[in-house]
Amino acid sequence: MTALLDLQSVSVSIGKVALLDGISLSVARGQILGLVGESGSGKSLTAMAAMGLLPLIGGRVTQGAVRFDGQDMAAMTEAERRKLRGGRIGFVTQNPMTALDPVQRIGEQVDVVSRLHLGLDRKAARARTLDLLTQLRIPEAAAVAEAWPHQLSGGMKQRIVIAMALAGEPDLIIADEPTTALDVTVQAQIIQILGNLVREKGVALMLITHDMGVVAQICDRVAVLYGGRLAEEGAVAPIFAAPAHPYTSALIGCIPQEGMAKGALRGIPGAVPSALAFPTGCRFHPRCDRASELCRSTVPPTDPRGDGRVACHHPGALA
Amino acid sequence: MTAPLIQIDRLSKRFQSGGGIFAKPRAMMAVRDVSLSIGKGEVLGVVGESGCGKSTLARLVLRLIEPTAGRVSFDGTDITALSPAALRKMRRRMAMVFQDPYSSLDPRHTLTEVLAEPFAAQGEPLSPDRLPEMLAAVGLPAAMAASHPHQLSGGQRQRVGIARALALHPDFVVLDEPTASLDVSIQAQIIALLADLRDRLGLTYLFISHDLGLVRYFCDRIVVMYLGTVVEVLPDTTAAPRHPYTRALMQSNFAPDPARRRAIEPLTGEIPSPFALPPGCAFASRCPRASDRCRRETPALGGDPAHPVACFHPL
Ligand SMILES: Nc1ncnc2c1ncn2[C@@H]1O[C@H](COP(=O)(O)OP(=O)(O)OP(=O)(O)O)[C@@H](O)[C@H]1O
Ligand SMILES: Nc1ncnc2c1ncn2[C@@H]1O[C@H](COP(=O)(O)OP(=O)(O)O)[C@@H](O)[C@H]1O
Ligand code: SF4
Ligand code: SF4
Ligand SMILES: [Mg+2]
Ligand SMILES: [Mg+2]
Repeated sequence: MTALLDLQSVSVSIGKVALLDGISLSVARGQILGLVGESGSGKSLTAMAAMGLLPLIGGRVTQGAVRFDGQDMAAMTEAERRKLRGGRIGFVTQNPMTALDPVQRIGEQVDVVSRLHLGLDRKAARARTLDLLTQLRIPEAAAVAEAWPHQLSGGMKQRIVIAMALAGEPDLIIADEPTTALDVTVQAQIIQILGNLVREKGVALMLITHDMGVVAQICDRVAVLYGGRLAEEGAVAPIFAAPAHPYTSALIGCIPQEGMAKGALRGIPGAVPSALAFPTGCRFHPRCDRASELCRSTVPPTDPRGDGRVACHHPGALA
Repeated sequence: MTAPLIQIDRLSKRFQSGGGIFAKPRAMMAVRDVSLSIGKGEVLGVVGESGCGKSTLARLVLRLIEPTAGRVSFDGTDITALSPAALRKMRRRMAMVFQDPYSSLDPRHTLTEVLAEPFAAQGEPLSPDRLPEMLAAVGLPAAMAASHPHQLSGGQRQRVGIARALALHPDFVVLDEPTASLDVSIQAQIIALLADLRDRLGLTYLFISHDLGLVRYFCDRIVVMYLGTVVEVLPDTTAAPRHPYTRALMQSNFAPDPARRRAIEPLTGEIPSPFALPPGCAFASRCPRASDRCRRETPALGGDPAHPVACFHPL
């Protein structure tokens, strides 16, 4: 499969602080990539880099390249990048409230995307909006289109934001923790709807989440970030069956599971390091029960493993 | 079960909101007719979605707010009838850890001052040798005593909240979503700490969460709430759900195992407004099993006393 979005060894700084270090990952059409890690591990920055939005927060790519459909994003003009966002790249944020204009009716906010990016007229845009709302299983789509944001529940608002992301007929959707703020039953529903739509339409999805359960449920591939570096990347089934990186396996072990013995859930000791004081060698070493002298002194190289990659001096064996 | 430490009897709380020049005041029942007991040493879980009344129930149980109806007994004493002085004395034995470690600690105070609060409320000084002991009990270094909350990570702040709750050696602690704002890695640390503390100190917990997977891991019995009422009490952590809502909650929890992928029976329909509950079962608008009877009559919590459920067509 050829990659639609391709990050090649991307490093990112804000001011003098280096936040991402050599991140490589890619997503193909019809594929769902889960991007996981604790908060502060660099997930959102990776998404910002992928959309060319770093200047917005004073950041820049210091090394490597972001390619969308074969084109180097850095070589595009800002106008070209702006046209991509909302058009061929749809974005869903964590907080639906910040993505919706409180003083504009729901329908108009969705309409405007297809008018701008697909050049539809008013009538056609509205027809498309209603169609999208229906696909997202919003009951009484016509009535909802006439509603104001404050009249809708959180789950409904998030579905509207997803409709906006889909309205420009994107080839890629980047969703940054799209369900974190929602109730669990609504979360499950939205994850399911998003997953199905991606498969039906053959869209590529980069799904940022901190929930390994969600990754296991709908993603094809997973990329695990820690301290601004890629820890492990590959197809979901082999990684969950036998995680190579101790951090991946620790993250999976943090989720309470049916039949888990009391006391089995121990968490990960310590906390995510600050970018101002990354540990030497492997950045995970202060929290890793496999850490050796080598880990403390030397950055682990990224090696191939199965059809993926892992950056660890003492990786677990393949299943 | 051991003798109940807490006995909750038909507890209700009505809230009025709005009112003023333009808006008509509206009333809603945040908690409706809830009866429960918690045994000594038990961890009772309460699970439900945002707004279902979990925090309101927690505050009622500690009488931080006054009930509209019903009673709460603590170790045989009806605390809803106690005078303020008697209630304050009783409060030594009950404590709460709040939902949000960011807003529940005063940012202007040092940890020393934060941890002195419960003593001040009882008109006592905090003896200096207690402080390092309190911090150590929750895994924080004594040197942190002079820090301010903003210098701490989320997990460390929640440890401070726990230390504050345990200051006066309570018997009973209400934990209101103590890990909801934390990373899963840190959540697991805090849960392990709470389990250790319970074992060491013989505590009784009321543990509130929206995460049924977590509650099933940590609690002995589980109360499921929906829009202010108890819809099911699971007698243990492995019991199969009988209420359709409990089942939906369980299905919403994805196992971190791609071999166990499954299609979710999606809940359609919207959650009704708590200010305008339709007649009948409050879950009927989203329930795949709803019948005409469900839309007319309200099911009461009943059936097997060890595993009661409020549903006309239980699973
Ligand atoms: N002081 C108050 N005045 C008016 N309404 C209130 C008040 N406190 C809570 N409510 C309402 O009571 C209902 C239950 O609120 P509660 O905070 O107990 O929910 P919860 O289950 O703890 O939700 P969450 O998971 O979001 O914390 C909500 O509809 C809420 O808006
Ligand atoms: N605007 C910013 N200015 C400075 N540092 C930032 C900014 N945004 C993020 N960071 C830092 O970059 C790192 C990764 O952040 P982020 O990508 O937001 O993590 P995640 O999304 O995984 O929680 C963190 O150390 C964070 O503090
Ligand atoms: S390189 Fe060493 S410290 Fe880092 S994850 Fe691997 S074993 Fe642990
Ligand atoms: S009473 Fe009826 S509507 Fe309510 S949960 Fe049971 S089957 Fe569903
Ligand atoms: Mg983020
Ligand atoms: Mg609450």
